[in-house]
Amino acid sequence: MSAALITPDLIAQHQLTPQEYEKIVALLGREPSYTELGIFSVMWSEHCSYKSSRLHLKKLPTSGNRVVQGPGENAGVIDIGEGYVIAFKIESHNHPSFIEPFQGAATGVGGILRDIFTMGARPVAVLDSLRFGRLDDPVTGVRNRRILQGVVAGIAHYGNCFGVPTVGGECLFESCYDGNPLVNVFALGVCRKQEVCYARAAGVGNPVIYVGARTGRDGIHGASMASAEFTEESKQKRPNVQVGDPFLEKLLLEACLEAMQTGAIVGIQDMGAAGLTCSTCEMGSRGEVGIEIELDRVPQRETGMMPYEIMLSESQERMLLVAEQGREEEVFRVFRRWGLEAVEIGVVTGDGKLRVKQHGDVVAEIPNRELADGAPLYDRPHTQPLRRAPLEPPPLPDPDVQQALPALVASGDLCGKSWIWEQYDYLVRSSTVAGPGAEAAIIRIKETGTSVAISLDGNGRYCYLSPRGGAMLAVAESCRNVSTVGAVPVAATNCLNFGNPERPEIMAQLVEAIEGMADACRFFDTPITGGNVSLYNETLGEGIYPTPVLGVVGLKTTGVAAGIAFRHAGRAVMLLGGLGSTDEVRFGSTQYAKTIVNRLWGLPPALDLAQEKRVQEAIREIVNAGLAESAHDLSDGGLAVALAECACSTNVGARIDLDSDLRPDLLLFHEGPSRVLVSTAKPDAVAAIAWRHGTEAPVIGVTIEKEIEIRQKGRVLGRWQVASLKAVYDDALESHVR
Amino acid sequence: MTFGVIVFPGSNRDHDAAYAVGRILGQKVDLIWHDSASLGSVDAVILPGGFAYGDYLRCGAIAKFSPVMMAVRKFAAGGGLVLGICNGFQILVEAGLLPGALIRNRGLRFICRNVQLRPGTTNSPFTCAASKEKTYRVPIAHGEGCYFADQRTLDELEAEDRVTFRYVENPNGSLRDIAGILNRERNVMGMMPHPEDATEPLMSSCDGLVVFQSMLTTAVRA
Repeated sequence: MSAALITPDLIAQHQLTPQEYEKIVALLGREPSYTELGIFSVMWSEHCSYKSSRLHLKKLPTSGNRVVQGPGENAGVIDIGEGYVIAFKIESHNHPSFIEPFQGAATGVGGILRDIFTMGARPVAVLDSLRFGRLDDPVTGVRNRRILQGVVAGIAHYGNCFGVPTVGGECLFESCYDGNPLVNVFALGVCRKQEVCYARAAGVGNPVIYVGARTGRDGIHGASMASAEFTEESKQKRPNVQVGDPFLEKLLLEACLEAMQTGAIVGIQDMGAAGLTCSTCEMGSRGEVGIEIELDRVPQRETGMMPYEIMLSESQERMLLVAEQGREEEVFRVFRRWGLEAVEIGVVTGDGKLRVKQHGDVVAEIPNRELADGAPLYDRPHTQPLRRAPLEPPPLPDPDVQQALPALVASGDLCGKSWIWEQYDYLVRSSTVAGPGAEAAIIRIKETGTSVAISLDGNGRYCYLSPRGGAMLAVAESCRNVSTVGAVPVAATNCLNFGNPERPEIMAQLVEAIEGMADACRFFDTPITGGNVSLYNETLGEGIYPTPVLGVVGLKTTGVAAGIAFRHAGRAVMLLGGLGSTDEVRFGSTQYAKTIVNRLWGLPPALDLAQEKRVQEAIREIVNAGLAESAHDLSDGGLAVALAECACSTNVGARIDLDSDLRPDLLLFHEGPSRVLVSTAKPDAVAAIAWRHGTEAPVIGVTIEKEIEIRQKGRVLGRWQVASLKAVYDDALESHVR
Repeated sequence: MTFGVIVFPGSNRDHDAAYAVGRILGQKVDLIWHDSASLGSVDAVILPGGFAYGDYLRCGAIAKFSPVMMAVRKFAAGGGLVLGICNGFQILVEAGLLPGALIRNRGLRFICRNVQLRPGTTNSPFTCAASKEKTYRVPIAHGEGCYFADQRTLDELEAEDRVTFRYVENPNGSLRDIAGILNRERNVMGMMPHPEDATEPLMSSCDGLVVFQSMLTTAVRA
């Protein structure tokens, strides 16, 4: 093994602390080589080891009747019945997307798709949760627009070519994301229950096979880049971002699924973050075996690559698999058919070590288990969550509902997002029952009579004001969205986007958000089967709002979905869950506070979990009984914005009259949860179901042609032509982007 | 009737097409691999949507050289029905089986949305079950679907009644709103919209069925 001079500087450059380095030396019983130092640095990075969050992630519920695979594999797996399972996960690609938006986002999609088909599941849906800085900011707006355009084009490029429908998501704008855009991608796949594949090596003597793209110098240290704050020099890290090839990935998908059918594959893992290093030691660690590879056999795109570079490269579209000894040819035949390079690069051993050779010489030798799972775990100090917003409300402007509604539907957060989602192929595979713009995406599983409903939700404003409350609200809203299309929420995945965990007030945000999420997921019986933590989302010391994003999946019998749009005039408009309660403190987190008052204060809306559950049970029954012509939950922007959204696609509006003494702005724009707007021809039947579930569903008005009119106790607060609201709603984003 | 669906590396609506004619229409479907020199005994061929060979050069520019295209050419020359959808249309154009070209959308962005189509002719094996009085709601999903040809070709297409579908509201800048065309012999059609993704109520429209039903009617009559 070549001796290398490991200096404190070099250790620091690898973002390892002196204590971590001591632990490495103790573990090896000697100084590591340069290659080994690199290997440890990526495996023990925040991105791969979750060293700051793991102690707290243990608080999340992860088991349940339907859970086939919880956290720890490439994706969680849930039983959907009839012999089929779904595999799904959400992952972030925040840091690369800031440095190089198009490729950063594209490879984010590529990475999560590989996680899904590594499990043996064919990807059938992608959703994304995006956060950008404000598009209209005089200073950063130009860059924010460019990042938005690049990210959307990157997602479209990869997903469209690969052939997976991008069926939904969310996109919000806030100054705190100026230097830290968030790109969280969710993917879901389907396979037969007995065909799930795992990323475990087994069977001493079995060959280790490398498939897919050749290894180049791209992406070296991507994982450690994602584990540090951004500084001015970060832009020079552009070469750290990989380039994606969706066509190659499509071939890999088809070939891997076909190869798995041979039964000759023992274990398989994609090479994502930390590439060859991560896939070898994790497969070995899970299977409690050793893995020996010879780097000379690794297909390489460039000449003269050092072991360090080959092991740390994050070149895309590569897979590592372990096949049954003697059946290699069956596997190779499949990959040849798809025109892919598959090479035996090593062998499974019995000594539990990752042994890397080059030209026959050992260049690294590390125990798999300690490398993959032995990173020091930190119980980082946490104090009070950071919050610079006041609790007390500012003096509110006189309510002008007539002006406020168009202003809100034109705002970046609330306006129609078709400019984004029309760039995504949301129909390929012809299984999209409800796509972008729907309450929740619905994908039917053609092999079964079941459809999967999916919703992503996260609200940084809520979480900044109360990480615990905001996280619970995200769970509640995702579950509500799924319930509103008639599906029963069954499981969840999370993406935790936070700032620097070494700051106690940021760590506190993370801890409280995880605890809130854990409580809510336990309550709704939606175990978290996997996810991702993205820390150090800070640029020049400015952190993002704590932004946990939750993806909830639900199951329903396949059938035509009701949709959010009012369909016919003359129907009763009912507000399941009632008008809700609020006050000026709770109003400070709303979109109204953001857009009209231009402030952030107070607390997120109050959540009564028991009431939320009653409303969700009621709406599922109402929708599945075919009683709702439309159903749309109230969330950002409150009742008035929900009304506008129900009206915009069909030009059927509503006349409503609210029996309440609240201030009109609070009444119409508060974001109290646990409410669903329903239009129906059978109000009595709807009311009876609500009553039976212990909640209310007052009739607040009637649908009418072409207009929205809102009254409070008979007094008109506002009246709008649906067509004019629609024009604003539809065109706002494109005009912001230009 | 047996439909052959060609599978190029990078095809991604091959399953959709097979589902439409197999599960919805109840016909036999053969998936035909891109390197086969023969189509077997199919009655019609579908070139599906996707990104054949990655489409990194120009859409369809590589696919036209694949071995299966020799067989498709021969099949078409013998009068067999060939339907190219989206990427399949682009391939047929590159292969010279249909005139014109498909260039980047006006607006330069990929567009996925439902559009209304009006049949330009019902005198074809692909539209004989359609009505010119009706419009058909069928989705598009493409980045390079702007139909382009010189004036003489366009005039000829119209004079010979070879425009099968036109967009009611032109989404991509296609000349003369053209969404689908026939070859001179009327047995080869290319269209950018995806009829296979509009074949049952769960897909938000069933209007795309008319294309496959027309093909079925034609084959049964023959």
